[in-house]
Amino acid sequence: MNRKILILILVVVMLVSCTPVDLNAPMPIYDTGVDPNAWVQIPAGEFFFGQHEDLKRTDAYEIMVTDVTTAQYAAFLNEALVSGDIKIDADQNVVGFYPGDAFHGYEHEERIDAGDWVYIPLNDPSQRIKFDGKTFTSQSGYENHPMTMVTWFGAWGYSQFYDWRLPTEIEWEKAARGTDARPLPWGDETLRENANFYASRDPYEDMSSFGSRTTPVGFYNGKKYNDYQTIDSASPYGLYDMAGNVWQWTGNVYEDMHYRFMRGGSKDSYDMNLRVWVTNNATPTYFSPGVGFRCVK
Amino acid sequence: MDVKKRFNYLFNSTKGLILVAIAMIGILTSVWGMLSGPMAEMGVREVVIKLFGMDIVQAEREGRIIILYHSIAMAVIAIETYIITSILKMKEFYKLAIRALITAGYLLAMIFGMGFAYFGHNWAFHGLYITGLSLIFFAGVLMCIALWPWNKDYLITDKNYAITKKGVSIERMAFFATAVTTVLSALFGAIPGSYFGNGFDAFLAENIIRMPHKTVLQYSIIGHLHIMLALIAIMATLIVGRWLNFKGILHKFAMPLIILGTIVLNLGVWGVATPLQPQAHMVIYVGATPAMVGALLLVIFGFDKFIREGTAHIEKPKFGHKINALLKDPLKFGPLWQMIFMNFTTSFLGIFMAVRLDEIFRVWTAHEERIELTGHWHVLSAIVATIILLYYGDMVGMKGKLRQWYGWSIIIFSDIAFGAVTVFEMKRLFISEAVQQPLVNWLMYAIDIGLGMLLVILAALMVYRLIDLFKKKGRWTEEVEHELSEEVNK
Repeated sequence: MNRKILILILVVVMLVSCTPVDLNAPMPIYDTGVDPNAWVQIPAGEFFFGQHEDLKRTDAYEIMVTDVTTAQYAAFLNEALVSGDIKIDADQNVVGFYPGDAFHGYEHEERIDAGDWVYIPLNDPSQRIKFDGKTFTSQSGYENHPMTMVTWFGAWGYSQFYDWRLPTEIEWEKAARGTDARPLPWGDETLRENANFYASRDPYEDMSSFGSRTTPVGFYNGKKYNDYQTIDSASPYGLYDMAGNVWQWTGNVYEDMHYRFMRGGSKDSYDMNLRVWVTNNATPTYFSPGVGFRCVK
Repeated sequence: MDVKKRFNYLFNSTKGLILVAIAMIGILTSVWGMLSGPMAEMGVREVVIKLFGMDIVQAEREGRIIILYHSIAMAVIAIETYIITSILKMKEFYKLAIRALITAGYLLAMIFGMGFAYFGHNWAFHGLYITGLSLIFFAGVLMCIALWPWNKDYLITDKNYAITKKGVSIERMAFFATAVTTVLSALFGAIPGSYFGNGFDAFLAENIIRMPHKTVLQYSIIGHLHIMLALIAIMATLIVGRWLNFKGILHKFAMPLIILGTIVLNLGVWGVATPLQPQAHMVIYVGATPAMVGALLLVIFGFDKFIREGTAHIEKPKFGHKINALLKDPLKFGPLWQMIFMNFTTSFLGIFMAVRLDEIFRVWTAHEERIELTGHWHVLSAIVATIILLYYGDMVGMKGKLRQWYGWSIIIFSDIAFGAVTVFEMKRLFISEAVQQPLVNWLMYAIDIGLGMLLVILAALMVYRLIDLFKKKGRWTEEVEHELSEEVNK
């Protein structure tokens, strides 16, 4: 008898665990009040780079206060479609030209030739950009969320279109850290109300079904959203989401490797991966619901 | 209560020493296990940090973890050493010296290493941690001397075992080869460890795996962690073989294969830090194969032995009788089964990853690959731990239902957990990131229940042993004089 009850419990747990995920489950809609079109000036000078605090120097540059949103990316796609900078291929991918990288045939290095490369896939159910054959739009409710499901080429293409560029790893880290040796954009420790990370219990998360989802850009700005109080977690230069929410593509193309690097951790990262020096990387064709980007100029 | 006698049991007898080491690992695992998932998500980590007054500096996480891994590994090596010094013939002086050095060594390394890593940087603690590691190294050197297989005192004449024409035990040679390569491979880690440790530039190997240009010392670190774990596993295989009295034709094939495999494997791993690095991986595969075949021969021998002995009273045993005989004693079946299971969670997976690395695994993010790498070796370490726990159950004389429950619980719960970890590592092959959460939840239940139950079993065992220590004529009084060589299967 006991054995039967145990088996029954196991079967119920398994069935409940295997419920299909609704990628379009209802979600709260909040205006964070942070302008995704805002930029901030980062002054020239030295700062502590990396876990071991090496002194590095940057020139002055401007960087976006938030990640590029889906609304911004949809606007780019519409403009780029008209100008002929992008097209839709037979597999329903948005593709654009990339001039290619030098190839040295090093161990594990893959060739990145000049040609059309995928910016975003349109037929992936996680894609929040919709295309009706003429116009790109952002899925309703996701307009102020970070653009995800975008390859490195798609991030690079966006920045090039506006004569901007992706930040180098050094630029990204300085913008996140400022000039002191803090491990996180807001200081020394991570609380759940600081950022969107794995099991951070934000209003967009349901670990029993779809898991984590992105939060609107600039969400962790000290505002209260219904019952959910956030902590203002801007970096010393006033940037939001420099830890958590989505990994951010950076612009370096390193010799002897084709991998592209990301910074910042994401909604799916443990808090240790939110530390400013933690890197991640993937092939430039990689896209995911947890990877986005921002630009510098 | 005679404390002196109990102290003598705990620190001067084989089974007492093993008990202390298991208890130390148990304490470390249960406290520090609460600093990571799933306890971290539940908020337990913060409570533990406050409760114990830990000093957790974000930038020092990698260094802390390195000390934690070493602390646990040193205790495991100590357990293997205690078993070897008890199960193999050696001079009493060496036995005493090795045990004294390694006991002082792992306790110093563990207590002061963890003190340094998690409770503020007292540099005297760091010095004592290094002293502990050094003592373990010297114990290893002494062990190599003590195991010298060509010593006349250790020659054997029984031709059921793998021996040379002059009567040198090839099994002892295998122990010797593994001990010597372990000592050399410890140096292979100690040198770069000193370099990186001196500048606080500690890093975890899994975080630099995709860097195309690594320094010789970075390669050494990667090689060191791989080979040390492999050698711990090989030594565990040899120990299980001795315990089960591995002999016969399979023994004669297995022992040379294990020696060959161990040496070639080491050459390959050391080669990673040389200009021959591109070829070194092939050498590693070539070395791993005979070592694994040697282990397979042990498994065949053991299973055959259990079936033959278990069906000896039946004239014409049927398939069911044979299965019953095979599964009759989980403490003996378990270690061999875990060696088979290891292939599904570690070896085959490693080979698959190596073969399809660029096509599949390196298309994903480095953090996905890191999950596979860390999961893979955590499982291998934990499998070695379960093999030791199963052997320990036999050492302490578990009988009847207790033996069955203890043995099968360890096998079943650990395999559930390790199987789930393996699926978790490989999940991207069959499920996308967006829809994985329900599967992840289910796997986490399996992992947490499996590992949690293992810890409960370990805690129950330790409580049982603690209660026994309070008894005037507890089991410990018998164990004081026991040597494992007397308990080798006939």
